Amino acid sequence: MADMSAQGQEPEVLFWVGCAGSYDDRYKRVTKAFVKILHKVGVQFAVLGPEETCTGDPARRAGNEFLFQMQAASNIEVLNGYNVKKIVTACPHCFNTIKNEYPELGGNYEVIHHSTFLQQLINEGRIKLQGGGAFNGKKITYHDSCFLGRANNIYEAPREVLEALDADLVEMKRCRTKGFCCGAGGAQMFKDAEAGKKEVNTERTEEALSTGAQTIAVACPFCMTMMSDGVKNKNKEKEVAVKDIAEIIAENEKL
Amino acid sequence: MGLIQQIVFLLVLAIAGYMLYRRISRIRQNILLGKEGKHNDQPSVRSKNMLLVAFGQKKMFKKFIPAFLHLCIYVGFIVINLEVLEFVLAGIFGTHRIFAPTLGSFYTIPINIFEFLAVTVILSCVFFLLRRNVLPIKRFNARELTAWPKLDANIILVVEIILMFAILTMNATDQILQDRPDANYPDTGYLFFSGLFIPLFEGMSTRSLIFVERFAWWFHIIGILGFAIYITYSKHLHIFMAFPQTYYARIAPKGKMDNMPAVTKEVQIMLGAQPENGDDTEAEEVGRFGAKDVNDLDWRDIMGAYACTECGRCTAECPANQTGKKLSPRKIMMDTRDRSEEVGKSLQKGGKGLEDGKSLLDDYIQREEINACTSCNACVEACPININPLAIILQLRRYVAMEEAQSPPAWNAMFSNVENNFAPWKFAPTDRFNWADELADETGGTQKESQE
Ligand code: SF4
Ligand code: SF4
Repeated sequence: MADMSAQGQEPEVLFWVGCAGSYDDRYKRVTKAFVKILHKVGVQFAVLGPEETCTGDPARRAGNEFLFQMQAASNIEVLNGYNVKKIVTACPHCFNTIKNEYPELGGNYEVIHHSTFLQQLINEGRIKLQGGGAFNGKKITYHDSCFLGRANNIYEAPREVLEALDADLVEMKRCRTKGFCCGAGGAQMFKDAEAGKKEVNTERTEEALSTGAQTIAVACPFCMTMMSDGVKNKNKEKEVAVKDIAEIIAENEKL
Repeated sequence: MGLIQQIVFLLVLAIAGYMLYRRISRIRQNILLGKEGKHNDQPSVRSKNMLLVAFGQKKMFKKFIPAFLHLCIYVGFIVINLEVLEFVLAGIFGTHRIFAPTLGSFYTIPINIFEFLAVTVILSCVFFLLRRNVLPIKRFNARELTAWPKLDANIILVVEIILMFAILTMNATDQILQDRPDANYPDTGYLFFSGLFIPLFEGMSTRSLIFVERFAWWFHIIGILGFAIYITYSKHLHIFMAFPQTYYARIAPKGKMDNMPAVTKEVQIMLGAQPENGDDTEAEEVGRFGAKDVNDLDWRDIMGAYACTECGRCTAECPANQTGKKLSPRKIMMDTRDRSEEVGKSLQKGGKGLEDGKSLLDDYIQREEINACTSCNACVEACPININPLAIILQLRRYVAMEEAQSPPAWNAMFSNVENNFAPWKFAPTDRFNWADELADETGGTQKESQE
């Protein structure tokens, strides 16, 4: 972004990578897949790179409002400094925070989650999915991210993307508004769960596996981690893959 | 009706009215223990929510059968109250069936409708009693449903059934009396459902019949008045509170958490920026950060606690609860109400109120409960009247994190990572862009430059 703005350019959109997308080895693959799609389609985008920092979402949800607002203030300063107008991100937590919580603190942007962005690119014909790809007729189940679904009413965009693949989309019993959390939201990602009968992600993974899908599609780095762990615990990682919708598209397009 | 009956009725009405008034002001004061928040923007959206969700029962219809039976009781309740209006007027003026002469033969129609509704109410209540006490439905057998909440639910259902039977008994004996020349009862026309009960009473003397009829009348009206007072102590208060609850409920996207303007101000000062409206710097009461007790909550959340029906739909959807953790959003709401009642009762007696050495956090709600919440909003989505247990959980977490710095150690570690490394994990900020190098290696191109 710094370079672009030095050259007086304004990108079509700013890609907010997020901490997971930057550091988590698994989610970095999603970041790369998404970037490959953007390159292929010719979307002019920029990233903040080292200037990006945590949105503050986990701090706020764990109760540390001070830390959240410190993070928000410095991010908003950077974003406003570059005159950013449109942001796309592959993380529903970043999406929710920047879209819903930054405006009150002086950060007003058009914020899009990558599932909606990909759906728009498909609708506009900028991504043309070739039928008969790797997922043709394969059973896929989509796990709703709470922060996309209930938090922001985004239920259909990820599903439409998957449907465009001619895959066999099967729903879990608890889906859409009744979707079952992966167990990582509300900063649970960063601590052990309280004592109980079961881990939340085990419960959810069992439900996903019971659909018989070969692919569990996710649209969130936290869901990705929790579902992958669940599948691994059930020793099913050979038969069942957990993939982000951006990866699925990239794979289908052989990018 | 004799003069004595008239006087007794007025007395009963006055006493009930006074008791009700006291209870309502108490509840109002309990709710106003909370912090003052403004929740009346966008009145058209709010009215629409109230109309659809409270009046129209929109969110109930996620499950058809209970929703339908609930609707029967709800409609029955509203419509039968029209009859209560006749009761009260008749009681005040010492007449019987005050509308019968004026409405003439039309009077038969509404009364038959009332009777039909009374029967649907009875059937629905019987079904609900069975469902609650016989069927193994998990949300009716939770840890927070101890003796009183369980009893409360059953009392309400049984009382409703008895009150409805009182109406039918009254109408049955009334119909017999209409044919007795020595009774002089106004004609109501044929009433179908109470007609079925006529054989039970037919053989009785006129005197006994009048006694039964009058007894049923008094029983019903005193029952209704008593019920009105009773519900102010009961989860049944939702029949009134659902309306303000749905009106004042949050309308922002569910993912948005309430901002804390007091923190914004401090952060601005820390960052050396001139806080906006710098003129009102005079010590505005900040109070606690987050909530330790009910007075730290927004009044709207205490109101939510009074509106809560203890139906447990929230808890049934909660992922933490479903996997056996202690957290139950319904319990959060019940605890909030219990604590408000406790404080209110103490204040009423001139006692210590909030200063009784107890607090909502720890004495009612355990840290283990609030720490388990994933902020997934399933409870908020599930609540038929848009109550938000998550808002209370967040406020308690804020208190623990900011006032006490007692968050779970792993969270404190995450906080310091965010503070020092600008990410919740301990990675070097300069490594944030490594993925681009990796991508460049993979594709053999120079993509990094084009992105930066
Ligand atoms: S937001 Fe918290 S309390 Fe509500 S359902 Fe989710 S985990 Fe349970
Ligand atoms: S908060 Fe709502 S869903 Fe939960 S018990 Fe109360 S009324 Fe039912």
